[in-house]
Amino acid sequence: MSDLERRLRFALAPVEPPLALTDRFERTLTELTDAAAEELADWELRAMRDPRNWVRPAAALLVGGVAGGTLIVVQARQRQRRRRPRGLRGLERRVRDTAGSAMKAVRR
Amino acid sequence: MEARTSKPLLDEQFSDLYRSHLRDVYSYAYYRVGNHHDAEDITEQTFLQAYRHFERARRESDGRPLRPWLIRIAHNLAANHYRDRSRRPQTNLEDATRLSAVHATEDVVEGREELAAILDGVAALPGDRRDALIMRFALDMDNREIARALGRSEGATKVLIHRAIRQLESSLKAGDGHE
Repeated sequence: MSDLERRLRFALAPVEPPLALTDRFERTLTELTDAAAEELADWELRAMRDPRNWVRPAAALLVGGVAGGTLIVVQARQRQRRRRPRGLRGLERRVRDTAGSAMKAVRR
Repeated sequence: MEARTSKPLLDEQFSDLYRSHLRDVYSYAYYRVGNHHDAEDITEQTFLQAYRHFERARRESDGRPLRPWLIRIAHNLAANHYRDRSRRPQTNLEDATRLSAVHATEDVVEGREELAAILDGVAALPGDRRDALIMRFALDMDNREIARALGRSEGATKVLIHRAIRQLESSLKAGDGHE
């Protein structure tokens, strides 16, 4: 290394950045990230005002509605099955119902 | 198709990059613009740009160090800084602050004029020669790294540095580098 190179290394010694710079950078980065998130949310709301962007959500709603309706039907049938008595008790109830209907018919 | 790195992992890797190279970026910016205020701005902007493009840079670096990429960002920002504000590098401002902040006091007292002459001589060099010397001597970058940062071949970079030193030597001998 020549004498000039040694002097250059000395003259151009690395400079320590101020401690506050890191805080400042983190703050700016957080602000930018938050602003980007807000911008994205606004954009989504704006996009939803355009009917051309409704197709997908409407389809999703339809599929969701059908699925929800199907679920309700399935649950109702399950409840109905649960309410219907089985075995001897069921037989007894069905006999009583039949007898009741016969009595009503006789009285008429 | 390459798998994308998860956001928390990417942020962690970026934090490592920031911690490892903050001083390099700041030193480069400082010797380019000659004052702390603008050096802070350029350093902050460099890392903000780096954050935006970090994932892609990592993918395309093939495991090579990212320091030249960071310095290239700082290099472009410093160039824009002068272009936008029609400024010239501030070669001799903050001399007292700069020298006392960077060098030990006793050294400054002994070689103050010589230091100022060298710094002014470096600042007066043509753009790429000046930048190559800052990268070599302030950041201790090798020819390959400097070549990547300046977008040149390694051979061209070696010649560039050699010529920069010769030119500086001539100007110091002639007393051109210091008013």
